[in-house]
Order: sequence, then C-alpha cells, then structure tokens
Amino acid sequence: MIAFAQLIDRLVYTRSRNAKLGLIAEYLRCTPDPDRGWALAALTDGLDFPAVKSSTIRNLLMERVDPALWTLSRDYVGDTAETASLLWPGPTVAPEPPPSVSEAVEALSAMTRASAPRDLATLLDRLDANGRYALLKLATGAMRIGISSRLAKVAFAQGFDVAVEDVEEYWHGLTPPYEPLFDWAARGAEPPSGKDLPLFRPFMLAHPLEETVVDMADYAAEWKWDGIRVQLVHAGGESRVYSRSGDDISHTFPEVAAALDIPAVLDGELLVRGAHQGGEEGGAASFNALQQRLGRKTVPKKMLRELPAFVRLYDALILGEEDLRDQPWQTRRARLEAFAERLEPERFDVSRVIEAATLDELAAIRERARDDAIEGVMLKRRDSPYVAGRKTGLWYKWKRDPLLIDAVLMYAQRGSGRRSSFYSDFTFGCWDGDPDKGAELLPVGKSYFGFTDEELKWLDRHVRNHTVNRFGPVRETDKSLVFEVAFDSVHESRRHKSGLAMRFPRINRIRADKPAHEADRIEALRALVRD
Amino acid sequence: MSSAPYWIRPEPWGIHVVPADCWIDPARAVDRALVTHGHADHARGGHGETYATPETLAIMRLRYQTEDGAVPVSHGETIRLPGEVDATWIPAGHVLGSAQILLEHAGERIVVTGDYKRRPDPTCAPFEVTPCDIFVTEATFGLPVFRHPPVEEEMGKLLAALEAEPQRCVLVGAYALGKAQRVIAELRRCGHLEPIYLHGAMERMCRLYEECGIDLGTLKLVSDAKDKAEMEGRIVVCPPSALNDRWSRRLPDPITAMASGWMRVRQRARQRNVELPLVISDHADWDELTRTIEEVDPAETWITHGREEAMLRWCQLHQRKARALALVGYEDEDD
Repeated sequence: MIAFAQLIDRLVYTRSRNAKLGLIAEYLRCTPDPDRGWALAALTDGLDFPAVKSSTIRNLLMERVDPALWTLSRDYVGDTAETASLLWPGPTVAPEPPPSVSEAVEALSAMTRASAPRDLATLLDRLDANGRYALLKLATGAMRIGISSRLAKVAFAQGFDVAVEDVEEYWHGLTPPYEPLFDWAARGAEPPSGKDLPLFRPFMLAHPLEETVVDMADYAAEWKWDGIRVQLVHAGGESRVYSRSGDDISHTFPEVAAALDIPAVLDGELLVRGAHQGGEEGGAASFNALQQRLGRKTVPKKMLRELPAFVRLYDALILGEEDLRDQPWQTRRARLEAFAERLEPERFDVSRVIEAATLDELAAIRERARDDAIEGVMLKRRDSPYVAGRKTGLWYKWKRDPLLIDAVLMYAQRGSGRRSSFYSDFTFGCWDGDPDKGAELLPVGKSYFGFTDEELKWLDRHVRNHTVNRFGPVRETDKSLVFEVAFDSVHESRRHKSGLAMRFPRINRIRADKPAHEADRIEALRALVRD
Repeated sequence: MSSAPYWIRPEPWGIHVVPADCWIDPARAVDRALVTHGHADHARGGHGETYATPETLAIMRLRYQTEDGAVPVSHGETIRLPGEVDATWIPAGHVLGSAQILLEHAGERIVVTGDYKRRPDPTCAPFEVTPCDIFVTEATFGLPVFRHPPVEEEMGKLLAALEAEPQRCVLVGAYALGKAQRVIAELRRCGHLEPIYLHGAMERMCRLYEECGIDLGTLKLVSDAKDKAEMEGRIVVCPPSALNDRWSRRLPDPITAMASGWMRVRQRARQRNVELPLVISDHADWDELTRTIEEVDPAETWITHGREEAMLRWCQLHQRKARALALVGYEDEDD
C-alpha cells in the first residue's frame, strides 16, 4: 500500500503524460502479483466496493472528530477522502504494519454495510496520511487523478515492452487482478484467450494522405463518415458496442447493440438518422445531431425515436468462428457485403465503395461532397490485412479541405506541462456587425494548436505585450491580432454567445499583416453552417 | 464581548493600546506602531515611530529605504510607553527578529503573538510561552487538517527529487523573507553543501540574514550563471510568484516545488502547478496552536487572523473563553 500511495501521490502532481506513463510502468514492473493487478484496476476504475461509500467515511469521521470541525475542514479541503486522510486521529495503540494492496482489497471486499465502519477504521489505523488517502480513494472508486484506461494500458505495454494493441485485445474479458495478463506480459506465458466473449479488438487506423500519391489500381476508396467509429461485437450470446478507445458504449446505443445477434466482430461508423438528410449518400444526420446522443448512461425513448442510430459498416474482423484479420481487404469486403444481407437494414448498411479511376477524379468527387455527413474519403490498399494501429502504406484518410475564417484573438490562457509558462490556449472571435459602426467581437472558438514552437513564442510575447485585463490564468488582449482559423465544420450551438460552435478549430496562419477590423463577421461563419 | 479591558481595543486595522496611543501591526500609517515582525502585512511603512526588534527594523529598512522614527527593542527587553504601559518583545519563532509583544498595564497582561510557530528553526530564536490574561493568537492554519510534517521529511523529499533527476534542477518557490532562508539553512543542516541559486529578488534578504550571523553557505544568482547546464542538479530558490513565470525558462527543465503549509492540501498544490509540494510552514499548525493555548492557559483567547471559526469551536469544546477579531489586511496565501 505504501508504494501504491506513493504512486498516487506522484501522479496527482505530475502533469506530463510521459512522466505519468513512466511512473505507472515502473510501478507495474516492480510490484509483485497480485498487488499490481489490483492497483491497475484501481487506476482504471475497475474496482467497486459496495459497502464503502463516501457517507461511510463521513460518518466514521464524525464519530471521531467534532462534527463542526469535520464540516469546516471538509468545506475547506473540498474532498471527503482527503479531509478524512488528514483528520484521522491515528491509533492509540501501536498499529500493525501497513496492509498490502491485496490485503486492503480483500478486506474491503469482505466488508458489509454493518462491518465497514469498524473494518475500515482498522485499515486506516495502519496507514499514514498518504496511505489513508490512497486507501479511501481506492475504496470509493473515485481516483480522479487524470489517468484514462488508455493511458494505463499504454503504461502497461511500456512497462513490459509489449504491443499496446495486444494489451487492448487481451485485457478485455479479464477481471482484476488480471493475473493471466501479467503472466503473459511479464513471464512470457500464452496470451489469455477471449473465445466466446464479446471482447474488443484494437482498431485499424489510417494515416493522413497529405502529399502521398497512391495508384488507384491498388487502392479502393470509400467515404469517411462524420460519426463515431465503433466496433460491434456479438459472441457468447451477448452484444457490445465499443468506441475507438475500447470503451463499452452499448448502453448509449442500445438499439444498435440489440440489432446484432449473429456472432461477428464488425467495424463501422455510428451515425444517427435525422431531419437533415443529404442527397443520395444521405440517411445520416450531421455530427452535431449525433452529439446529442453521446455520453448518456440511459437514453430517453423520445431520443431513440427522433435520433435513431445505425451503423454504416466498413469492415469485418471476425464472422462466425472465422478470424478474417489476416485476409486481404478485398476478401473481407466481399464477405462483409454478403454478411450484411442477413442484418436489419434499419440498423446496418455497408459504406459504399467510390468508383474513381484516378486520384484526380477522386479529388473532384471529394470536393463535391461538402453537403453530406461526410468528412472526406478513405483509401484502403486492396490487399491490406486488418492490423491494429496505424501501419504506413495500408490505409489513408483524405479529409475534405478545411473551412477557413479570419478571426481576432480575444483571450489567451497559459498552457500546462511543457507550455506552462506560455500563453498557448487562444480564444478568438468574429464581428457581430460592421466594426466601423460599433460592432463587437463575439467569441466563436478556442484552440491551442496549429502553430509551431517558434510561432508559440511569438504569440506568447504578443499576448504579454497586448494585455488589457487579467482574470486568473487568462489574459484579455487588445484584440489587434488576426488568426486564419481552419476548422472542419461549424454548427449552431447555444453554448456560445455567438450561437455557433466550430468543430476541430486550429490556428492555420497568424495574420499579423491584417488589421483586426478586416476579420470576418459572424454572418460569414454562419453561412458555413450546413445543418 | 464586554470583557475586553478598557485599555486595549481591537479595531479593523490593528490593535489599539489606548493609554499609550499606539498600535500593534497597524494596517495604516499611525504616529506610534509596535511591530511584531518584518512581513509586509504586519510591518507597513510610514509610521511616526516604529518600535520593533533590531532585526525587524533592519528588514523594514531594506524594504522601505527609511529608518525615520525607528526605536530598536531587543528580545527580552521591556520599555515603558506613555500611559504606564510596559511592552516586552518576546521571541515568536516565526522569522528572523519576530516577536510576540507582551503588554502590561494596571496589573493585566496581554500577549499579542503576531505570527508564530513552535518548531525549531535555525534562522530565528524559538517561541517562548508567556503566561497572560489575554492571549491574542494568529490562526493561519487553524483547521485540524493542517498538521505540518517534520521538516526533515520534507527536506528528504526535496533532496531525493534532486538526486533522481540530475539533469534537471529543483525550483523551490518560497516566501522571500523567512521561508527562503529557513529552507536554505535546513538544507545545509541536512548536509547539502552545493551552491544554491537565487532569484534576484531573494538576494538582499539573504545577505541581511548572513549579516545577522545566519550561515546560508554558498549562494549564487541565477542571473550570474553562465548557462543552463551550470544549474543542472542544483536547487534554485525564487519567490512563489516566479514559479510559472517566464523567468523560469532560463532554468534547466525545473521540477517545480513550493515550500508552504498550504501544500498539505493536494488541490491547493495542483492549482499552483506544483510538482513537488513541500509542507514547510513558518506558522503554527493545528496541534501547535491548540497546544500553545493550553500551555499559555490565558483567561481569554482572542483570534486575530486565519481560520477563526474552527479555533473558536475548539476553544468552546475545551471550555475556553474566546473571541474572533476581524482584522483586515493580513495576507497568508504564500506561506
């Protein structure tokens, strides 16, 4: 528990991703089983102890310290576990040595509502303030230390020098403390098998095409849809919808999960049908419509009716018992088309292959597609196997050219980590009318990338020399600098005063040459809304 | 709260000693001020006469470039003020020259602590428990969550971080008066004898400490370093405000540390972008505050600034008469 508490403590104060990875990898390497497995589960929110709640801790403390002092302390610190760890009065007799992580997990699992106060107190007595903090965080399952499960998996892969795609694949279906996973990674045992379980398989990803020229004889083209990439799995009588990060989002899209009832692992784009359907490629509403359905634990009936989801299939990884991932794309594609006949057309269709003999022809088709729920096109080598991650030369994404607008820098905020002393997070705005007739700037977006390190230094200097107001970490500038902002799309949004929200905005060019009053107006941006 | 004797009156901008017509640590310019220590929120400039220890006066001279009306009073020395008030300056253990002020009049004794701590500090004289009728105490860390760990533990953390990444430096944010010198002196006590680099704003105060006989070892200025590499594996001390400032770009990939009692609370440390929180304070923690009240055992306790509510509650639980004074202008954020 001491090493785990130290890890938690250091992770709390570490901002750089690489440093976090290093800390977790080191811990996983140096800690014995099953402690490291439990720790990994704690970091990735994989533990649940129903007998210990935040209120259990509060009640326990109120018995030992004056309730008024507890309340004043809790209000000041703002976190129950931390307040309790600091306030715990400590044992009156010499305590036993600190418990190991597994000992703590075992004790926590064995607790009932009735026994929890006494048993938890026994554990707390054996730890110092940092240990108590780690124990209480672990017990209540709310680490909140900025570690995503993806980050933990990357750290695992780094710690044992194995491929993160393999970790992703084997991880699913295992339960804490993941001993088969450690046996495989640390001791070279056979990888865990996931047969008959609805497991996630790592996605195959694409490189941006950029200046690459490909021969259309070797590559097939299809639309890149503007939804969310998902993997659909049916195995052992159960179905799952996984997001690109491997998160199970079946509960968010129950109608999609329920519609697949044949054993298979499929790759596709999740979209919603909506009022704004575009042309012959249509049937899908824009990303903005889809966004209303994201991140929900339960979906209201009305939403299922008005924004029903479906999946436009790209690929088949496994059909029935057969793993197709080593087969060429062409073969998989043919199998997918045949398989899709057996699926509900309301919920599934197959992303159409675009006929284009040359890249130029494809470019023209891509340009004309502006109005649809289309982000661009994909190029897939006809003989490519389905491999996890991004492998050069196999798949390319070729997004539509971005939309551009000239906006004025309004506010800047200091970044974090490497950028912690730099103003690197910029809010920019457009005019709400004629700037010569008293129009004002309204914020339209925020971006912290698109510029080089040299440009960042220049921008930082600009912000410091043109500050008119400070609000904590934010500075308001004199609104003299114009950015050419590139973005993928723009939508109506009630979140901003301008009523518009950009998707994926980035600082394309710094237009120090352009006077602020020549920047674009809100109406120019609104004209680019397509839903 | 009618129990306050007629001759001492807490006002929002300081404590008024009525018969002597003087003020303790007043927040605005007065004719006659009794000053406990040199921190800017207690020692303001512009008074007619300033009574303080020679060290505190030296600190004020450094800050305000004037010594008009300075009246030095050494630790342990008693002076007679007009209106038959006797005042004695007693060590408070807070920073160099810091004192509690004992006031005696008409058979009553009142101690005003200013800021204080009870732990040993190589840079100043230790706090002395002084029996009195009314004990006027600070309460900066007056919440039971504040329990400062032993300073050796925090020094260990600092030196371990330095050793773990020899190609970086550790940048310690520390209040320029008191905390900075204490951290340096404690490092020396732990056997760290390497040169320590200073932000320019720290230099004069460190020199003053050395003139007062406190050995801080080899100190160098960051601005005198010939390149970044010279400061690799070194400790650099700067005011807290410089931690995330452009100034820090001249340092070799600094590990950001801060020495402050507030570092006990994780969120406070994170808000300041601190990677290495060092819980080192020149104020009494909860246990020191409550122990001190018990040892002094006054008839009444007045709480001047900090988290008065919790201290009042503790006094109530322990059947001690107490009241909170609403004084303005004391800042404690950087300690």
